Amino acid sequence: MRRGWDEEGDSSSDDFSDTESDGNFPLVIPQDYLGLAFFSMLCCFWPLGIAAFYLSQKGALRQQPFDSSEEKPQFPGASAEFIDHLEFIQPNVISGIPVYRVMDRAGQIINPSEDPQLSKETVVNFYQKMTLLNTMDRILYESQRQGRISFYMTNYGEEGTHIGSAAALDSKDLVFGQYREAGVLMYRGFPLDLFMAQCYANADDLGKGRQMPVHYGSKDLNFITISSPLATQIPQAAGAAYAAKRENTNRAVICYFGEGAASEGDAHAGFNFSATLECPLIFFCRNNGYAISTPTNEQYRGDGIAARGPGYGMLSIRVDGNDVFAVYNATKEARRRAVAENQPFLIEAMTYRIGHHSTSDDSSAYRSVDEVNYWDKQDHPISRLRHYMTARSWWSEDNERSWRKQSRKTVMEAFEKAEKRHKPHLDLMFTDVYDEMTPNLIRQRESMWRHIQQYKDHYPLDAYAK
Amino acid sequence: SLTTAMAASARLLFRGAGLKAYTANVNSGAQSSFGTTLLRLSPNCSSQTKTQIKHASHFTYHPDPVPTMYGPTTKMNLFQSVTSALDNTLASDPTAVIFGEDVAFGGVFRCTVGLRDKYGKDRVFNTPLCEQGIVGFGIGAAAAGATAIAEIQFADYIYPAFDQIVNEAAKYRYRSGNLFDCGNLTIRAPWGCVGHGSLYHSQSPEAFFAHCPGIKIVIPRGPVQCKGLLLSCIEDHNPCIFFEPKILYRAAVEQVPTEAYTIPLSQAEVLQEGSDVTLVAWGTQIHVLREVVSMAQEKLGVSCELIDLQTILPWDTETVCKSVAKTGRLLISHEAPVTGGFAAEISSTVQEECFLNLEAPITRVCGYDTPFPHIFEPFYIPDKWKCFEAVKRLISY
Repeated sequence: MRRGWDEEGDSSSDDFSDTESDGNFPLVIPQDYLGLAFFSMLCCFWPLGIAAFYLSQKGALRQQPFDSSEEKPQFPGASAEFIDHLEFIQPNVISGIPVYRVMDRAGQIINPSEDPQLSKETVVNFYQKMTLLNTMDRILYESQRQGRISFYMTNYGEEGTHIGSAAALDSKDLVFGQYREAGVLMYRGFPLDLFMAQCYANADDLGKGRQMPVHYGSKDLNFITISSPLATQIPQAAGAAYAAKRENTNRAVICYFGEGAASEGDAHAGFNFSATLECPLIFFCRNNGYAISTPTNEQYRGDGIAARGPGYGMLSIRVDGNDVFAVYNATKEARRRAVAENQPFLIEAMTYRIGHHSTSDDSSAYRSVDEVNYWDKQDHPISRLRHYMTARSWWSEDNERSWRKQSRKTVMEAFEKAEKRHKPHLDLMFTDVYDEMTPNLIRQRESMWRHIQQYKDHYPLDAYAK
Repeated sequence: SLTTAMAASARLLFRGAGLKAYTANVNSGAQSSFGTTLLRLSPNCSSQTKTQIKHASHFTYHPDPVPTMYGPTTKMNLFQSVTSALDNTLASDPTAVIFGEDVAFGGVFRCTVGLRDKYGKDRVFNTPLCEQGIVGFGIGAAAAGATAIAEIQFADYIYPAFDQIVNEAAKYRYRSGNLFDCGNLTIRAPWGCVGHGSLYHSQSPEAFFAHCPGIKIVIPRGPVQCKGLLLSCIEDHNPCIFFEPKILYRAAVEQVPTEAYTIPLSQAEVLQEGSDVTLVAWGTQIHVLREVVSMAQEKLGVSCELIDLQTILPWDTETVCKSVAKTGRLLISHEAPVTGGFAAEISSTVQEECFLNLEAPITRVCGYDTPFPHIFEPFYIPDKWKCFEAVKRLISY
């Protein structure tokens, strides 16, 4: 029998499985104060009895007093009432957790008290960041088709989830992403040059050319470098949030993942740890309907991801991910409370993945063009926000035309520049495995250079920095 | 604590009064006394059958000499040397946290006894039962700047965390271009055979991780090494896995410095110099080989050079190769199964570097290619007789 050490010391720390205990004693002392109290009084050892009785009452709040005279379950594992008829709890999958939204599909505010009433400057910035991301996506997707970069993943349809949530955070909040959150980085100010550098794996890449495209990272912008394995970031975010809590600097952590990644064991681990260890953390699930070709009805049978939150003791909400204000409001409040109350929040942002999973995917193999068109034309975060702005005369046709031209121009400039740059120096293949290069790696590097010198005609040396 | 004092005074009371009151034993309950009675009454059960006689240990522990350069020392066993290292760390590093299953009350091997009381429940805490969570959490905490010391309850249970260790921790620095790293992470786990551990309480999984650039793997042979190497791992700016030979937790007792000190990683130690055969091992097996060295000297007149590898990854190829260049003969021994075990890596490298120096094929004396068995353990492990026989064959090749 083991009990955790507790600062209030309300449980006995006697460990009867202790093989070093002094001698074998035939009598077992009651482990709780109340028992000890009665026991002592029985033996007329009053000082001990009174002290124990006092402490039994003091500790009553934390320690469950075991009293079988009470008609209430005494199990340590759950706090509940008895029930005398057999009844299975029905999972509510027909009418699940409702979807919070601020704007309708036409960009009109539904409940004016929910309008965050952000300034024109802020909202225009939202719009410009979403559209700039969209433009960058189009150009880089095309560049992969042309063989200029090896791989790409677009964010079509999910721009609202990125911008709305990023805007609600502090710039020093740590971001753990999956791979479809480039808008968060863009919102924080990651320059186009560096997006391109990573995709081209050129000498300007902060990641030193080691990873596939879209695996961005930025220490300055508090965006942890993306890794391909899914959901691994979820328990990591819990650990980072715990460290942030101990630092006591009012810093939150946000962790993005898709509804598919939420099926991984790491997701369960992260949810449970963050709730149990009381971490200031926002879990942001982008439920976009597909994990490559796997639709949600093959991913889970319950009411999405939001319904899992309460199972972990976590406050949860489902929002319209294509409504940038709903995303903003939910994230803002979750962030405020996560830090103030040291507990995790789960936000499930419902949205739709308009693009293919990646350049290696052709989604017409598993879904209809009509379905995709619906989302592109009828419920898109960018158009909904534009309607909101035009209704307030914050954005005109002229603005739209000139912004489109300007954003395309800046993206193309960055693109052409990135394409011309050299790849990183070959030595960088061997650094950062450890903080310092090991003798073994030094030998391997020398071996590589000797080989390259001898067979230089067979390697594309010119593309790499000298 | 107050309860202990109160319980102690109650005990005193009953001893003094000579009372022999009956109270239901809260741990064992009615069933245990029933069982004891039944056994006592049965005519066929002797009090101690053949199988009950505990087997003697397969090794004799050889303590290190008392270290003189690290300040005052005190007697500690292996688990106490771990506690001491952790105590030093928590005292000097305010960001340090220790977590894992059951670490709060002191740990199933008592390695964290006293630390929660001393440093607080926010620094020494239990996690839910989930190794992938423990390591993932540790990676995140380390990446965010905390010194994260994760405990995996048995090395046998480290595999759910394999993805986090290999795909994440090991690659954090490299894949981010050194923007991020989890060098502040140390993972500790009890390791190796213990006499009765069987499949899932005896494993030595170092070979699985040796194939993973980016992490360090360290295994001490005793308390002095344990504390110094553990502190080096904690200080090291790379994620480290520290395997603790559980059979040595209580059996290994040495004078260990009370203050913090470090023993360098990736430096193998020549424990005994010799001229005829090089013996390489780590952890518990060092003590087995110590005896083999004496046996070889006495019975064969053979002089063995014994090397404790200590760091499995990155390993000290220079010390081992230098020794084999001198002796011409190499024996490597570990409990883990022979195929794909770490001896294979050492053997391969040494034959590359020292081919012309070799007088005999490199020999590996390891566990068989079976899961670690329960009742067959005495026959499974690479004991001193198997190693001695291998030395004999090496010499007469």
